[in-house]
Amino acid sequence: MARRDTVMKKPKDARGTLRRLLAYLGPWKYVIFGVLVLSLCSNLLNLWGPSLAGSAIREAAAGPGKVNFDAVWHYAGLMLICYAGSALLGFGISLTMTFVSRQMARRLRQDVFDKLMRLPVGYFDRHQAGDIISRVSYDIDVISTCMATDVVQILSSLVTVVGSLAMMVSISLPLSALTLVTVPVAVTYTVYMRKKTQPRYARRSRSYGVMNGFVEEMLSGQKTILAYAYENRVDERFREINLDAADAFSDAEHYGVTIGPTMSAINNLGLSLIGLLGGIMYLNGAIDLGRISSFVLYSRKFAGPINAIAEIFNELFSALAASERVFTLLDEEEEAADAPDAQAIADVRGRVDAEHVVFGYEMGKTILHDLNLQAEAGKLIAIVGPTGAGKTTIINLLMRFYDPDSGVIRIDGRDIRTAVRRSVRGAYAMVLQDTWVFHGTIYENIAYGKENATMDEVVAAAKAARIHPFIMRLPLGYDTVISEDGGNISKGQKQLLTIARAMLYDAPMLILDEATSNVDTATEREIQKAMRELMKQKTCFVIAHRLSTIENADLILVLRDGDVVEQGTHRELMDKKGFYHQLYAAQFE
Amino acid sequence: MKLIWRYVRPYGKFVLLVMLIKLMGTGTELLIPYALEHLLDHVIPAAGNAWPVAAWGGIMLGLTLITRVLNVTANRMSVRVARDAAFAVRRDLFHTALNLSGRQMDRVGLPSLISRMTSDTYNVQSFVRMIQTMGIRAPIMLVGGIAITLTMDTGLAAILCVMAPVMTALVVFVSWKGIPLFNEVQRRMDTLVRLMRESITGIRVVKALSKEDYEERRYGEANGRMARQEIKANVVMSLPGPIVTLFLNVGLTLVVLVGARRVNDGFTAPGVILAFLTYFNMILMGVMGLNRIFMMMSKANASANRIAEAVDMPEELTPLPEDRLAPAPGDGALIFDHVTFNYDADSPQEARGQFLGEQRQQCLKDISFRVPRGGSLGIIGATGSGKTSIVNLLMRFYDPQEGHVFVDGRDVRAYHRDELHRKFGVVFQNDVIFADTIRENVSFGREIGDGMLERAAQDAMARDFIEEYEDAYDHRAAIRGANFSGGQKQRLLIARALAAKPEILILDDASSALDYRTDAALRRAIREHHADATTVVIAQRVSSILAMDEILVLHEGAMIGRGTHEALLASCPEYREIYRTQMSEEVE
Repeated sequence: MARRDTVMKKPKDARGTLRRLLAYLGPWKYVIFGVLVLSLCSNLLNLWGPSLAGSAIREAAAGPGKVNFDAVWHYAGLMLICYAGSALLGFGISLTMTFVSRQMARRLRQDVFDKLMRLPVGYFDRHQAGDIISRVSYDIDVISTCMATDVVQILSSLVTVVGSLAMMVSISLPLSALTLVTVPVAVTYTVYMRKKTQPRYARRSRSYGVMNGFVEEMLSGQKTILAYAYENRVDERFREINLDAADAFSDAEHYGVTIGPTMSAINNLGLSLIGLLGGIMYLNGAIDLGRISSFVLYSRKFAGPINAIAEIFNELFSALAASERVFTLLDEEEEAADAPDAQAIADVRGRVDAEHVVFGYEMGKTILHDLNLQAEAGKLIAIVGPTGAGKTTIINLLMRFYDPDSGVIRIDGRDIRTAVRRSVRGAYAMVLQDTWVFHGTIYENIAYGKENATMDEVVAAAKAARIHPFIMRLPLGYDTVISEDGGNISKGQKQLLTIARAMLYDAPMLILDEATSNVDTATEREIQKAMRELMKQKTCFVIAHRLSTIENADLILVLRDGDVVEQGTHRELMDKKGFYHQLYAAQFE
Repeated sequence: MKLIWRYVRPYGKFVLLVMLIKLMGTGTELLIPYALEHLLDHVIPAAGNAWPVAAWGGIMLGLTLITRVLNVTANRMSVRVARDAAFAVRRDLFHTALNLSGRQMDRVGLPSLISRMTSDTYNVQSFVRMIQTMGIRAPIMLVGGIAITLTMDTGLAAILCVMAPVMTALVVFVSWKGIPLFNEVQRRMDTLVRLMRESITGIRVVKALSKEDYEERRYGEANGRMARQEIKANVVMSLPGPIVTLFLNVGLTLVVLVGARRVNDGFTAPGVILAFLTYFNMILMGVMGLNRIFMMMSKANASANRIAEAVDMPEELTPLPEDRLAPAPGDGALIFDHVTFNYDADSPQEARGQFLGEQRQQCLKDISFRVPRGGSLGIIGATGSGKTSIVNLLMRFYDPQEGHVFVDGRDVRAYHRDELHRKFGVVFQNDVIFADTIRENVSFGREIGDGMLERAAQDAMARDFIEEYEDAYDHRAAIRGANFSGGQKQRLLIARALAAKPEILILDDASSALDYRTDAALRRAIREHHADATTVVIAQRVSSILAMDEILVLHEGAMIGRGTHEALLASCPEYREIYRTQMSEEVE
């Protein structure tokens, strides 16, 4: 599903968007067909009811003392059955449509989320989380609200419209023609209004997205903002964004809310013309009064649903704008799919090579110029260098968060681009400087990398990461719920949890990117003991600033401005008295 | 509902005007079919020539135009009210959210605040917009219909008068029942927002561990629960519609039956029953309209309550009058006087057990220290020993349970918040870079000229890499500073802290991602160029704090050592141990 979306061209026209939106109703097409049949029945019952009432009244019209009560009771009974049936059908229809529209919204939300999981990590550096969330919390809601009522209403009204039009034509062709004159007017108007409102609704959705993004970003940094007494400025900036959102809303609605009244005005125009022309025709003897009356009756039946549809158009337009935003997200380019002949890397021995790797995040800004490295299986490779030299970039390439612009990275001699991406990532356990925990129990957070981990395994990992005693001090122990935003778990403790997570994950290779930078040294030393145990026989890539922690590395790569300027063991590099020596000496200045 | 009323009331007169215009619009609209009937029934049969017909046709056309103008005007005015009210709701909600205390923030949670800010305000906004115009038509039809039928035949209308209250009660009851259901819908929305945020911020970890499928499942379950709740709420809401229609139609049948009896007894004419049917339809439309309004209302009500809950949070940590506070026990820039603190000690019962903080008994136990003006303090201690809590108290993000915190000779509770915070330049452990230019990230709304900006960047060792960008200080940071390395981010944050030449400089693990060389140069720059700033440095590396005037050693919230580096080496075995392990590692 997700793959196909990327192949599909971006819908520029509303019709394409509409078609795609309707395609989302696909799984329920039989249900919707059923609903249509039901609503047809319900329409018929609604027509039948009043005519039964009419029959009953005709029986009553016999006058005082002459009313045939058997017949009246008969019709009244039928009326009750008819109305009960209609109510039942109505309830059934709205039940089904509620179900269908909310399920459709659920599908859209799921597709958006699934899509997010398939986008390259860089996407999230360019799009505010709040903006993405807004597509789910606002745009999809607009769509589903519109779908719930409108689609069925439009479709079922068509029955009435066609039916009454047929009756009108049979009564008087000239008058029908007159009524139909209003149709092109209405259509032209609708097209015109779509052109007017569509970009405005699109702007409204966008503004809401921007606003949501801003809110999310600012509230995430609330503490910093308060610390710098920046809150009034943020309030001011929000004022502008809020104002823009408010303007976008009122600008769109300013046009949107004219649609309903204008459409009914067009209908009333039709009515007036019928009165006018009908009168003139009567005067000319072309038609009799009774036929005018019944024509008017039907033309009102004809107008009713059209009015209703007109009201809906406004919602439909805003739903179209909203779905365009959702589809734009769904059309974003995903991480390149694995090659069709890609194979999973299994039984990793752990040899990693990089040959002439060139890479930059943005075009024309190369970070790694010509990276070469050979990591033997089971060795400890340290990557050192000043901040900003490109250390983390190497990790990004090893993990295939990005692919190099040119050059090759191999695991066990196999180009990782020919391997299944997941198996490449699965080959490494990774601990990053930026810790991440989610809202869940401590147990769940540690067991995250390994499904079905037993409690014993989790405890063992926590012990190895030296976080077990802390956990046991909590009243609920491993069942304590923690949260990224809870704020009250310290960063060092989060880092210990992520280390425990990586220890449990137990991959054939290990990446440690400043894994213990927020942990106190005593704990760090203890963890390292456990880590060494874990690292035995595994290829490890370690980024560290505390050079002492990597002195026993088998290979140290010294990185400077994206190039490996020196490599060798600690001894060799120290003897060389080059850049590494300088870095090392700087620790003791 | 109270909240909606509060925000709409300022436009009270305007809303009345909207309703009046809508009332007139509805009136002229109802006149059109009446005019047509009159034209057909009376004018045309009597007309000798086309003129009266044309005149009536003209009247209808006029009514049509007037109706459109009135309705469009009313609608547009209602948009303005909805716009302004929503604007004000969002303004106040954002303002409150931004100023929540640490404790309140922990309690409500960011995802919930975000969804209140967005989907809840949208619900309220569209309700405010719709109620002004829809709220007119339905009651008119209902009241008008009943009034006309009453004048026609009181006996038959009595049937209506019995049924109307029952139906109204039903509609009101169901919509009242709907509020908690929609509240639950919104709560599940909170969960979806939270899950999305988590997966987005943790995307690298998710991908590294190939947990995409798991995340999709996790989200899928919550998504399914959300859909089920939405269906549940909306199904309950769709109940009254058919029931009310059925009731009314049963009433209609009764009218026919009773009417037939009354015709038979000579009390009424068959024509009256016929007319009754027409007006019954009108009443039915009115009731259905009201029903829709009430259903919308219950959704808007649930959202409004959630917004009110946040907007009406009492402002915490407000300044206390100075004369009620004890004076500082002596001179000094920063004083902790027997401070004992734990997070969330007085949170309401239901929040208990939710977050870890509350369960970390006693984050700080009886901590006392004093830093003279221009002095420096280093804080070191094991992970989770309470180092960051000291910063939280110094800047009064929380109040301690016992003891007092003094800044510049005054109790921190006596300060207006901004007045207190302006004294500080701070880098938090989990600090954020905003998606803005480097200039804005560093100057952060303060009056900071280019010279000061460059000097701050220079001192923070950030100048070189910033000026390598073509657009230098106007270079934009990506979201969460993703286009900078960990070390670059920390240097920008330090530049932010230094930029305004703060009285008090606080660096909480601010150089953990810096290499030693940069770290050392940074310390030198601070020593040389910010000598008169009172400095607090929290670090894991002894080398970062070794030169401080005084060092505090924390262990599980308690102070186990205090003194200069040399003194601590002599007196504090734990400190000696930390130093020994770090230095032996490094010198070995």
